[in-house]
Formats: sequence, structure tokens, C-alpha cells
Amino acid sequence: MSSATKFKRTSMIGLGIAVALLIISIIVNLLPLPNDSIWKVLFGVSTLNFTLRATIPLALGAMAGILCERTGIINIGIEGMMLAGAFAGFVVKVLTNDWPLMASLLAGVTAALIAGALMGYIHALFSIKFKMDQIISGTFLILLALGLTSYLFNPDWVAEGKFSSIAIPVLSEIPVIGDVFFNNPPITYTALILVVLLHIGLFHTKWGLRSRAAGEHPRAADTLGVNVNFYRYLNTTLGGMVAGLAGGFLVLEAVGQFQEGMTAGRGFISLAAMIFGNWMPFGALGAATLFGYTQGVQNALLLAGVVNIPRHFISMLPYAVTIIAVAGLVGRVRPPAAEGKVYETEGSSE
Amino acid sequence: MSQSSFRRLLRSLLIPVLAVLTALAIGALVMWLSGDDPIAAYKGLFQGAFGSKRGWATTIRKWSPLLLTGLSVAVAFQAGLFNIGAAGQFMMGTVFSVWAGIHFEGMPVYLHIPFALGMGVLGGMLWGAIPGILKVTTGAHEVITTIMLNYIAALFAGWTVYAGGSQGQKPGPLWDPAAKAISQTPPVVESARIPYIFGPPYRVHWGVILALLMIFLFAWLINKTTIGFELRTVGRNFKAAKYAGIRVGWSIVLAMMLAGALAGMAGAIETLGVNHKFAPEFGGSVGFEGITVALLGQTNPFGVGLAAFFLAALAAGGAKMQFDSGVSTDIIQVINALMLAFVAAPAIVRWLYRIRKPPKEEEGVPKISWGGG
Repeated sequence: MSSATKFKRTSMIGLGIAVALLIISIIVNLLPLPNDSIWKVLFGVSTLNFTLRATIPLALGAMAGILCERTGIINIGIEGMMLAGAFAGFVVKVLTNDWPLMASLLAGVTAALIAGALMGYIHALFSIKFKMDQIISGTFLILLALGLTSYLFNPDWVAEGKFSSIAIPVLSEIPVIGDVFFNNPPITYTALILVVLLHIGLFHTKWGLRSRAAGEHPRAADTLGVNVNFYRYLNTTLGGMVAGLAGGFLVLEAVGQFQEGMTAGRGFISLAAMIFGNWMPFGALGAATLFGYTQGVQNALLLAGVVNIPRHFISMLPYAVTIIAVAGLVGRVRPPAAEGKVYETEGSSE
Repeated sequence: MSQSSFRRLLRSLLIPVLAVLTALAIGALVMWLSGDDPIAAYKGLFQGAFGSKRGWATTIRKWSPLLLTGLSVAVAFQAGLFNIGAAGQFMMGTVFSVWAGIHFEGMPVYLHIPFALGMGVLGGMLWGAIPGILKVTTGAHEVITTIMLNYIAALFAGWTVYAGGSQGQKPGPLWDPAAKAISQTPPVVESARIPYIFGPPYRVHWGVILALLMIFLFAWLINKTTIGFELRTVGRNFKAAKYAGIRVGWSIVLAMMLAGALAGMAGAIETLGVNHKFAPEFGGSVGFEGITVALLGQTNPFGVGLAAFFLAALAAGGAKMQFDSGVSTDIIQVINALMLAFVAAPAIVRWLYRIRKPPKEEEGVPKISWGGG
């Protein structure tokens, strides 16, 4: 019951943001406005497409964060997990360039998932077995990914082709909504479905209950026979996979190539989305949409050139909004109670 | 030195030294697996850092920014804060000092250098204060805010020297019109340049000595003053500090301001002593390296000095390593990351080398958490 009321409050803010955006956009797009009007720039279909494209990696990153942190493992290494996923996906895509396109892309996705899972497992191992400070372990993952991917990257490699959009019959015909939501490449659909699945999983399954117990009150969970550290290993590894998928999205669906440091802070903005969304999947999706929208607007403003603000200041938008969001919301949100604490079963401590 | 304190010194060196050796070994393995020659690489690295007078000069020149950003991260750690924002504070220190350095022609040297350095320190300090104030007033975690501020600082610095666009975008206020389409500042005027101890080609400047003095200032501040005691108490036991009547909020802001000031000084010294101008690509990875330096030095000022020297040698030798052996300098970043991991998790090193757990108080790495309390 309490999870239902909590869902209402925090998820509604998040979903409210997304729905409000969509309604304004539908109105704006139905009005006969000239293409270079500020309204068209701020709420046009192309801005919303930019927004969704910017939102997907943030939403996946936030889901990765929720998976780990709900069981009590702080994960600031999402950025590194994404980068590892992006690089692995890219390398395998390049190696399989002569396969049929879809097979090659799927091989790339698989590699991104495996690389992310590996990073997640390392984070769990360091945090649980070696009791490393979880924030420092996350920092290590970021530095390792930055260093290794730059060291191994060969600028001569070229990935041929990326995922293209699949229009969903009938639904994609709806004006505005169809253009924005039902004519997208596969990882975008997967990500949106994943948000729903994660919500159901966390709040309506045995796995979710046990995971949350591990993050809120590990001692009590242990007493009831839940293997706390098993759930922490499992969910941190799964979280790594989801973050790896975000990296795969960047390479295999959005950009088509790998660039050094291409995640450009998305892992950190994902974390802010997770906090903003109060560690709830739909709340985090809403927050990711807000951050994605600031990036979408940034792109639209830069392309349209309608506002005479230096591009540097427009590019600051997502980062500034993140600070404002984190500063304005902490205190009204609550992290899992046992987060960042090593759990030792009775008698096992040295 | 009595025998027991000597043994304690040895033991406190054990983990960092083993962490470094293990990182170098794994780095070699990575090189070997990817088809590079690790022996040639390390040989080139060593010769590049120490094989010639010029190598030594480069190592010493690269020492000061690593030392200062390491101290920046360390002072925040002392108060229980994780400063990932040294890069942004370094950038603001650079912008403020380059502004003071390219203007005020004709100011006497003995005023201009301290003024420009002071502006750099001020810039870093103000940028460091923001996450401190946000943490105290709203509870926003400094890890998120400092990282966002890094991106904002880099964009701000980029704007100040922006050369303008072809569609009539205005150039930034510090841009040098003589540089035409290149985004950079004019050169720092002679009177604001930090003098050389050893002139070109060595280019070792007095800023290095200033940075080294900060080790002693840091040690004195943390260990001998009330402020230092308060910072450490806040870092060790937040609740006890509150109960003891320490102004916890002020201590947090102060720690972040000190951290920012040190990173800002690093930026100012690089600008006034080495680069003599600013272009957006000068930032580099100095902020993240500061984290490795601080932890490798166990947040002890003298340890930080040693660790910074070691990382400076790695950085200085990188160019010759790449030239001699064809191994990309990016491998150094991998080695740095591994050192960070092993020194931050002594349990891994102990597990690898089957070392028994030492008495409790010697585990030097602080704990940080989301909640802030």
C-alpha cells in the first residue's frame, strides 16, 4: 500500500512532466505556426525526437542506478559502465561488419551487455568482498573505462550501419504521438518497456521485495532467510548490463561510431535523474525526460539559431538543470536506508 | 627514529607500494595482451622521466599541478567530502589568473605575479564554495554537483576565449584578435610570468617551490590549528562534531573553499609559469588524477607529495615511451586507475599477497556516503 501511494506522488511528478510536454507539443504542432517560430523550436516534433533520443541513455542509466541502489550498492560508476558497453558494442560491430546487418548489430548489443555486466560484477566484488568505498569503486570504474577504451581504440575502425527505425503499424499514424513514440529503433522501445518491467519487478514480485529489503534493512532480510549479498551481486551485475545497453544505444543506434569519452557525463546525469525520481522507475523516467528535453532544446536552439546566446551557455543547460534539480529535491526524496554500507552476516566479520 | 615508529612508517608504505607494483604489473599484462611490448614501454617511460636533464625538468614541472590537485582532494577527504570537482576549480583558477595576467601591463612584477596568482586562487575558491554551500543548505551531494560544475566550468572557460562564429556570433571577452580563428587568449604579459629557476629548454619555474610549500602549510593547518581539528572531526564523526559544538556547516564550506583554492592555484601556476596563455584544451585530466594522488598518498600531505611526484614521472615519461615503443600514452591512465583501485581497497592487496590485517587505526582511507549524515 505504501509503495502505491509513494508511486503516486513521485512518479506522477515525473510522468506529469512528460505528459505536459506532449500536450503542449500537440497543440503547437496543430497550430499553423511558421517553422522558425520560437514555439515550433521549443515544442516541435523534431525537438521531441531529439528529446527522446537524449532521454533513452539517461533513462537506461537511471534504471541501472535504481537496480544497484535499491539493494544498497551506491553506483556512481554508471558513466564507466556505459562507456565500456559502448566500446565493446563498437568493437564487435566492427569485427562482424561483413555479417548481415541485423546479426552484426545484435552481436554488438550482446557485447555491450556482457561488458556492462562485467563492470557491474567488478563493482559488486570490490564493494562487497573487498569492502572498498563504493564511491571510490565507482570512480575507479570510470577511470578504468576512460583509460582502457582510449588505449584500445583505433580511429581507423569503422562500424558500418546502425539500427534503423521500425514504424509500428497503425499507432505510428497518430499525429505527433505516432511520430515521437511509435517510429523508433529497437533499443528505444526496449528501454521504455524496461522501465515498466522494472517497476513491476521491484514492487510486485518476490525478487523485488527481497532486493528492496536488502537495501532497506539487510539485517531483517537476512533473518528472514534472504541472501542479502546474493541480491546485491545479482542486481549490481544486472544494473551494469542495463548501463552497458545505454552505451550500446549510443554506438549502435544513435551515433553509429565510437568516440573517446563519448558518454560525456550522461552517467552522472542519469544518477541525478535517479535521485530526482526518488529511486522509482517512472519517477526517474520523468526526470530523464526533463534532462533529455534540455538537451533536445539545446540542439534545436543551436540548429535554429533563433536566440542570440553563445552556444557555450546553451550547452550548459542540462548540467545547470541537474544541479538545480538535485539541490531543490534532496530532503524531499529518500535513498534506500542501508545504502553504501557493507553487510556482514553475524559471525562472518573478521 | 625509534624502532616501532620506523616499523609503522614501513607498514604505512606497504600498501601504496604494493598497489603501485601491482598496477604496473597489470598494466604490463594489458600491453602484452594487446600486442605491445611492456618492457620497451617501461624502459621508455623511465628514461623519459629520469634519463636526461630535460626528463627530470619535465617531471618536476608536472609535479606541481598534480601535487596541488592531490592536496585539494585530500583536504576535502579530511572533512569527509569527495571533491571530484578539482578539474572545474582548476579551470576557473586558470580563467581568473589569465584574465589578470593578460591585462595590467606595466604593473610591477612584485605586485602583478601575486595579484594574478591570487585571482586564480580566488576563482578556484569561489567555484569550490558552490558545492559546499549547496551541500550545507540543500543537502545536494557534492559528487553530483562538483561533476556538473566541471562541465559548466569547461564550457565557461571555452566561451571566454571563443573566437566567434561565421554567422556573427560574438567572440569571448578574453579572446586574442591576433589569433584570428583560433580560440585562445593573448600571451600573459612579462610582468605576470612566474620566473624560471632553470630557463628554457628546462622551464622549471618558482611555482613548483610554491606548490611544495603548500605541503607544509597543509600539514600545519590540518594538524596544528583549530580549523584543521574541526575539519578532521567533521570528517571522522559528523554527529560527534555537531555535539561538540563545531560549526559543521561552516567547516564543510571551508573545506570545499580550501580544496577549490588549491586546485585554483594549480591552474594559476600552470598558466603563469608554463603555458603563458589559455586555450580550451589545456584542462586535461588533472582533476581525476588528483583523486589518485590523494588516495595513493593516504591523504597525508607528505604522502601526497610523494604520490604526485610518482604520477608526474609517469606523465613526463609518457611522450618518450610512445615515441620509443609505440605504446599509446593512454596506458598511463589505465595504470593510474588500477593504482587508485588497489590503494583504495587494501583488502585486495592483502588478499593478493596474503598479508595479515593490521591493527584498526592504520586503514587510512576515509568513508563517504550519499546521505551526508
